[in-house]
Amino acid sequence: MIEYLITVVLIAAIYAIFSLGLNLEWGFTGLINFGHVAFMAIGAYTTVLLNLNGVAPFPSVIAGMALAGLCGGLLGIPALKLRADYLAIVTLGFAEIVRFILLNEEWLTRGPMGLHGYSRPFEDFISGDYNFFLLLLVLIVLVACYLMLEQLIKSPWGRVLKSIREDEDVPTSLGKNVLSYKIQALMLGSAIAGLAGAFLAFYLQYINPRNFMPMETFYAWIAVVVGGSGNNKGTILGAFILWGFFSGTRFAQGYLPLSPTQIGALRIMFIGLLLILIMMFKPEGLLGKKEELTLIG
Amino acid sequence: MLSVQGLKKSFGGIKAVDTSSLDVAGGGTVGVIGPNGAGKTTLFNLISGFDKPDNGAIIFDGENIAGKPSAEIARMGLIRTFQLSKALTRLTVVENMMLAPQVQYGERIWNVWLRPREVKQQEEANREKAISLLEFFGLLSKKDDYAGALSGGQKRLLEIARALMAEPKMLLLDEPFSGVNPTLTKKIVEYLKTLREEGMTFLVIEHDMHIIMQLSDFLYVLNKGKVIASGVPEEVRHNERVLDAYLG
Ligand SMILES: Nc1ncnc2c1ncn2[C@@H]1O[C@H](COP(=O)(O)OP(=O)(O)OP(=O)(O)O)[C@@H](O)[C@H]1O
Ligand SMILES: [Mg+2]
Repeated sequence: MIEYLITVVLIAAIYAIFSLGLNLEWGFTGLINFGHVAFMAIGAYTTVLLNLNGVAPFPSVIAGMALAGLCGGLLGIPALKLRADYLAIVTLGFAEIVRFILLNEEWLTRGPMGLHGYSRPFEDFISGDYNFFLLLLVLIVLVACYLMLEQLIKSPWGRVLKSIREDEDVPTSLGKNVLSYKIQALMLGSAIAGLAGAFLAFYLQYINPRNFMPMETFYAWIAVVVGGSGNNKGTILGAFILWGFFSGTRFAQGYLPLSPTQIGALRIMFIGLLLILIMMFKPEGLLGKKEELTLIG
Repeated sequence: MLSVQGLKKSFGGIKAVDTSSLDVAGGGTVGVIGPNGAGKTTLFNLISGFDKPDNGAIIFDGENIAGKPSAEIARMGLIRTFQLSKALTRLTVVENMMLAPQVQYGERIWNVWLRPREVKQQEEANREKAISLLEFFGLLSKKDDYAGALSGGQKRLLEIARALMAEPKMLLLDEPFSGVNPTLTKKIVEYLKTLREEGMTFLVIEHDMHIIMQLSDFLYVLNKGKVIASGVPEEVRHNERVLDAYLG
């Protein structure tokens, strides 16, 4: 039971990190990224591939984050120069391209077979339950991400991001290079997704393209919206509710007289219901500020 | 300080701006008046880089800025306000103000971590300045409110205060007093006059003839994109073409 609980919290924490990256982009900067999962995949695969080629886990993670961040920036430059909604389309397409590359470039990724046999941080030193150790590590990373983002958001840098979210004509009229800030937000958000991807790989011990389906991006969106856009605590709460619920239903599967497909359908229904209830009774999100919502429009 | 030459901009068939020449001397206040749709805002958009001209030159501080990115023009010290005020809704009033200063260490992500002391000092200095401007504009009691919760007139004041917070060399104000009560308008007019004495330059669009006469030392009258009259306020007031454009 306790092992089960550890896994539940571990998975939720990994996806909370993932969602924090999206919250920086959407919640604070107003960027619509529909391909966030691509950067998680890039982080995971880069970490694993380097690791399989003899690089130690930690430098591999750093490289994974860096490559995810770089891809975010490179994608942002052309997409953001076009109209605002292009970013949504471009990122959505990018995520599918990344997944198809992972599926088809078998010489590198082994395609649908996936990758395994890589080492995990401090694996040789942990005698007890490795997942418990990994949980502590992930929680430290989550708290570090949270604190770093809070500090950045309260800084003048974060103020520019928020001004872009509200009306980018204003920072522009005051001499701020709006495009540069958007790209920075996208790079940092993507690097954070890459970090989450690396830890997902450490937890799973075996990764394949099916771990990075487009739906994951939208789950992160749900976590952000349920928690309250532009609220890091809310995003973490939203992620814990959502992925806690996923794990819970997986657990319940053994006790219910339902097939996995039926459980899957039931899950989506519950998420839909959750969203409807939130939108009806707490449209600003669980930890969002009500005053903010009444001001829009 | 600012010189516009042969500036043209059309939207479809409409010649929104077709201004042969318009000059603003450093330290002066120049007014732009004209009926609705005369092209005043479009002129501002062209000068501030929010729209690209089809033709013509805009010389600011000795440099042709026509077609330059708007942020770059702002960084040269030419700051504009908007006719429909743009308050940053979900930022507080004081945050709106503190966005404006030009060189902020804390706007570089690494400085937030590597030079926290300097960032903090600069923030405190900027906050003090913001507070004193807000006090002048009668917005101090609102400083921690969301800007979106301000009234129309207050948003307008915030917009002017925010632009001043950027310490521009020259300020373009697009109908700054619409929706602001007469007492406060008078106070701001006086304040702008003091700033002018300190060397700031203004180009102001205003509908209210009375205010613009008070404020400016030179006037341009636009109609259908063209300058139809210019001169000191007294002259323009009695110009027949101006009276025609306004009344006829
Ligand atoms: N983006 C645009 N697209 C098409 N037409 C435009 C655009 N901007 C302005 N115009 C047209 O150009 C002309 C000048 O408009 P402008 O807003 O500059 O006038 P204005 O003098 O500021 O008027 P007002 O006193 O009402 O603010 C108008 O006929 C307007 O319809
Ligand atoms: Mg106008």
